[in-house]
Amino acid sequence: MTIDKIVAQTPKSLSKVEFSYCPGCHHGIVHRLIAEVIDELGIASKTIMVAPVGCSVFAYNFFDLDGTVAAHGRAPAVATGMKRALPDRIIFTYQGDGDLASIGTAEIVHAANRGENITTIFINNAVYGMTGGQMAPTTLLGQKTTTSPYGRDAKANGYPIRMSEMLSTLDGSAYIERTMVTTPQNVIKTKAAIKKAFQVQLKGLGFSMIEVLSTCPTNWGMTPIESMKWLEDHMTKTFPLGVFVDRTKGLM
Amino acid sequence: MIKSIVIAGFGGQGVMLMGKIIAEAAMFDGLNVTWLPSYGPEMRGGTANCTVIIGDEPIGSPVVDSPDVVIAMNIPSMMKFEEILKKDGTILLNSSVIDRAPSRKDLKVYKIDANKIADTIGNAKILNMVTLGAFAKATGFIKIEAIGKALEETFANRNKKLVDLNLQAVENGMKLVTD
Amino acid sequence: MKMLMKGTEAIAEAAVRAGCRLYFGYPITPQSELTEYMAKRMPEVKGTFLQSESEVATVNMLYGAACTGRKVMTSTSSPGFSLMQEGISYMAGAELPAVFINVMRGGPGLGDIQPSQSDYFQSTKGGGHGDYRMIVLAPHTLQEAAGMMNEAFELAFKYRMLVTILVDGMIGQMMEPVELPKWTKPEEFAEPDWALTGANGRKPRKVTSFDLDPYELEKMNLRYQETYKKVAQNEVKYEEFKIEDAEITVVAYGTTARIVKTVVDYARKSGIKVGLFRPITLWPFPYDRLSEISKNVKNILTVEMSYGQMLEDVKLAVLGKSNVHFYGRSAGVVPTPVEILDSIKKIVR
Repeated sequence: MTIDKIVAQTPKSLSKVEFSYCPGCHHGIVHRLIAEVIDELGIASKTIMVAPVGCSVFAYNFFDLDGTVAAHGRAPAVATGMKRALPDRIIFTYQGDGDLASIGTAEIVHAANRGENITTIFINNAVYGMTGGQMAPTTLLGQKTTTSPYGRDAKANGYPIRMSEMLSTLDGSAYIERTMVTTPQNVIKTKAAIKKAFQVQLKGLGFSMIEVLSTCPTNWGMTPIESMKWLEDHMTKTFPLGVFVDRTKGLM
Repeated sequence: MIKSIVIAGFGGQGVMLMGKIIAEAAMFDGLNVTWLPSYGPEMRGGTANCTVIIGDEPIGSPVVDSPDVVIAMNIPSMMKFEEILKKDGTILLNSSVIDRAPSRKDLKVYKIDANKIADTIGNAKILNMVTLGAFAKATGFIKIEAIGKALEETFANRNKKLVDLNLQAVENGMKLVTD
Repeated sequence: MKMLMKGTEAIAEAAVRAGCRLYFGYPITPQSELTEYMAKRMPEVKGTFLQSESEVATVNMLYGAACTGRKVMTSTSSPGFSLMQEGISYMAGAELPAVFINVMRGGPGLGDIQPSQSDYFQSTKGGGHGDYRMIVLAPHTLQEAAGMMNEAFELAFKYRMLVTILVDGMIGQMMEPVELPKWTKPEEFAEPDWALTGANGRKPRKVTSFDLDPYELEKMNLRYQETYKKVAQNEVKYEEFKIEDAEITVVAYGTTARIVKTVVDYARKSGIKVGLFRPITLWPFPYDRLSEISKNVKNILTVEMSYGQMLEDVKLAVLGKSNVHFYGRSAGVVPTPVEILDSIKKIVR
């Protein structure tokens, strides 16, 4: 049998290593989208990945790219060092909400503020995954986690932090968008957003970040389908989708 | 032979620069030198001092217990450093500011009316170079040619007038000391 | 030609001449002049200077830049070095080469900004987590410090290790004539075969400091230990100053050693035969040589600007073969030659 048309295949930029993510987790979808974008842009040969600490700590191994793992939260500083050393390479960080919005807040804010010409893919699932479901800075009010067993209380724990909105106030941020991957349409939208973010870097326009709202069925204690519904019904209320800053108009 | 000098005064009197020119001039004369500043959070107005050591042999400690020479640009500096000055040591005083004599009687004292001479030349800031001239003459540690070279090096990126002005101040200072 | 230079500037210029074109740093007294020098100098040599938002960020920028196989460095002072310890541990685990300058000041805590040697433990015993080592060099003059920069980068790349040049505020702030080292040729520096540069047709490379499988991680750790063993065998450095006939040998490093050189002369003038043993590498520490020396001298005096940190290594080297004494000032107080001489007289009499 001959193949007339390839409808789907594993992106070249993904390695053969099997994903270690739980069923229903969105990391895998987002990994695939990033790899497809890198393939389509033909930039694999010059791309270096900075993985975080968190569930996606192994991401450096899931991509068939040069890569490293940063200390918890420090990926934007590591990426900065790489980009300054090799300005013509494509550098991206892949970070979760504990990594980016808690321990690494200073690093992401200053990388964005410098207009560091890197791309960040930010996975926000409102919980610490790898350590077993503790409260994240993005945990919703009232949401139960192992360290907010009675539900997140604003008086004690403050409010869910909106990183995309916050970073979009900085002049160095060129493109910031929040998306989700709960439906095929949303997957397509997310892929377009990720592609745009890399194109912003290719054009040298400054800092770009795509925040992807994601599920964590294991730590949320839900089935994959329930968790998708919960994401759409609850997370998007606190974290609305959309483009928060676009300083690329007329430049791309 | 190793000689040590402590230069002290208010921040802004140019004591650090004076020390640097002395050290650099000695270096141009082929000697070993160290220049060690007291450093602190004050930028202006506080007290400042530096220790310069000159020697024709390698210099070990950049810190001294009792210096051979003290250049005191204000009263607190005189009071602080005359105590540790070597027996029969030399002290140069800025008499424009210091209206009294040191309490020790074994010292060789030079009183330099530095502010007044600087004003006469036409620039109040060069009081440090007037004092430096007096120091060079009184101790014989550094030569005028080397001082000139050090000034050129220091003001390399600025105008020649500044070098000449400072050199003029040094020469005027030298004239104050007679044998 | 010799130039009268400040310690921080001599070190910075020597690093530039050694081929360093990537500097990341954060201002802190008493080393801010080094950061300022690099801010001015790097653009002149088409290098990169970046002022980070914190020392935590600095060390991670260093990590990223070091991943690309380039010569990278930073400079800081004690509290900043503390903040860098996390990244130092990660870099050590990822076997990344880099050079750190720590211009030590009085501590603990905010301490003060005067010269100190109280980061000895932190530098030589590992301030970060895990079984790692870094090479620690301790120059005692500006000339030695400037002359050491090229060697520091060479050691870093030869062993894929971090190298710290440990100086105190006095070496940072003082001026002395310096003969600057020769320029190295950047084109002669070959890109290491582990550098992350974008795979571009070759097999992708990974640089990490982790493996969740303990047996695999142990293999990595054993590899580090092999490296450290080689460094300890081949790279120990020290200076001996008038120890042949000494009745008492002083062990001191950095500025303190320099002050002790004057003390040796003072003491000999007053009839006490004093010698100086000066470790130049603090890690690896010259245990073997000091052990030999201690067989032939009754008294050993350790002098530090701390309350006895290197002292522990001296005791380990001596192992009871001679009496080990200690004199130290800390918190930014610099011992004077006469003070040290007095402590020698107390031991000898």
